[in-house]
Amino acid sequence: MFRKFLCLSVLFSAFLLTFSTPTFAAGDEEDKTGFIMHHIKDSYEWHFATLGHTHVTLPLPVILYSSDRGLEFFMSSDFQDPETHKFGEAFGQDVYYIDDHEHLHRADGGSFIDFSITKNVAMLFLVVIVMGYLVLSAASHYKKNGVSAPKGIASFLEPIIIFVRDEIAQKSIGPKYKKFVPYLLTLFFFIWIGNLMGLLPGAANLTGNIAVTATLAVLTFIIVNVNGNKEYWKHVFMTPGVPVPLLLVIVPVEIIGLFTKPFALMVRLFVAITAGHIVILAFIALVFIFESYAIGVVSTLMVTFLNVIELLVATIQAYVFTLFTAMYIGGAVAEHEHH
Amino acid sequence: MDLILPSSGLIFWQLIGFLALLYILIKFAWKPILSSLEERENSIDSALKAAEQAKAEMANLKAENEKLLQEARLERDNILKTANEASAKMIEDAKQAAISEGAKMIEAAKAVIENEKKAALTEVKNQVAQLTLEVTDKLLRKNLSSDAAQKALVDEMVKDINLN
Repeated sequence: MFRKFLCLSVLFSAFLLTFSTPTFAAGDEEDKTGFIMHHIKDSYEWHFATLGHTHVTLPLPVILYSSDRGLEFFMSSDFQDPETHKFGEAFGQDVYYIDDHEHLHRADGGSFIDFSITKNVAMLFLVVIVMGYLVLSAASHYKKNGVSAPKGIASFLEPIIIFVRDEIAQKSIGPKYKKFVPYLLTLFFFIWIGNLMGLLPGAANLTGNIAVTATLAVLTFIIVNVNGNKEYWKHVFMTPGVPVPLLLVIVPVEIIGLFTKPFALMVRLFVAITAGHIVILAFIALVFIFESYAIGVVSTLMVTFLNVIELLVATIQAYVFTLFTAMYIGGAVAEHEHH
Repeated sequence: MDLILPSSGLIFWQLIGFLALLYILIKFAWKPILSSLEERENSIDSALKAAEQAKAEMANLKAENEKLLQEARLERDNILKTANEASAKMIEDAKQAAISEGAKMIEAAKAVIENEKKAALTEVKNQVAQLTLEVTDKLLRKNLSSDAAQKALVDEMVKDINLN
């Protein structure tokens, strides 16, 4: 039944498509898909919806620091046209203004550092609060009840905690795994909850932001290399079993390898989450492009389907990031390297 | 804002947010959770081991009980057997004793009877002799009166002391 319905609506929409093609003008296309990149990228305000001409937004603080002007606080609404909610050079504050592409500029060309609570930072705080609440309330159960069976949130988190401890940490790191379990657990839950909350309507694309994934990757890089033992560094700088002339080639490759590992972590998470959001939004954008009810049915079905896939991707990416982190740590602390 | 250029602000806040979360969770969540998980696993482990041990002990005890029971049965059988034997022997002995005693008593009785008989005969003989003497005496006295009567008397007397 469901399949027939799906096929029928696809056919129907293809039929309608032939008639509707001439109806959209070339100039509107930018506008119709612009919201995709707007959602994917960070923003100085949190825009939820546009109802008619009313913009439902949450203005966020803009915090700037420059050596000559010191620390300055604004709200994102200070930089907007109060009527249209559009950013622009005309609505600047002192020397700062936000352009149409949501870039913050300084009119006199001086340097500054941007500490704004952007949409993603606000999202980050939300994720931290949600995760902190979940894990701390689970922890309070253990503190109160000791070794008795888990209940409530604790029973939901416990299998995941045991999975991360036994399947990820213990298997990838080996006997010295215990020290790294808290970091891996935090990493897993942060990415997982961040991915899941990012899928909520109106949420920000936190874990699909390169700054976030880069920070996590750098932390992993630091933890791996701080804990690297003698054999790990020997493997990098004096790769055993390699003739001396070849070391001239191997050593630079090994050193680059140190950096490509976290780089891969950073890119993988960024791409997987951002691509997922783009695909979902692209299907939604189809509705606005074709302006057809049939397409609406199809794209709704597809968006539902993709959302389910994204639930899976959210978990897999959290697992993969944690697993690779554990494997890199395992490689750095292992006593017997395999050559 | 750019897609693939990390922005300094987000990196700054992400670093602070994540590290604060990491610190708080390690201190207040992961450590107690992981330690109580470990504790629980250990206690389950030891409980299972204890149960296994108790089971083995039970089996041991049962086997021992069985053995004791077996031994007790054997002993009981032995005791019964010896008791039976002893009683049979006693009965046999008693029978033998009774038979021999009876035989002895019969023997003694026979002897006594024989003696009594002899004594009685002797008595009778003595009596007869006495009577005879008396009769003789009376006869002798009567004879003086009449011979005929004497004779009749003697005859009568003689008839009276019939030997049984």
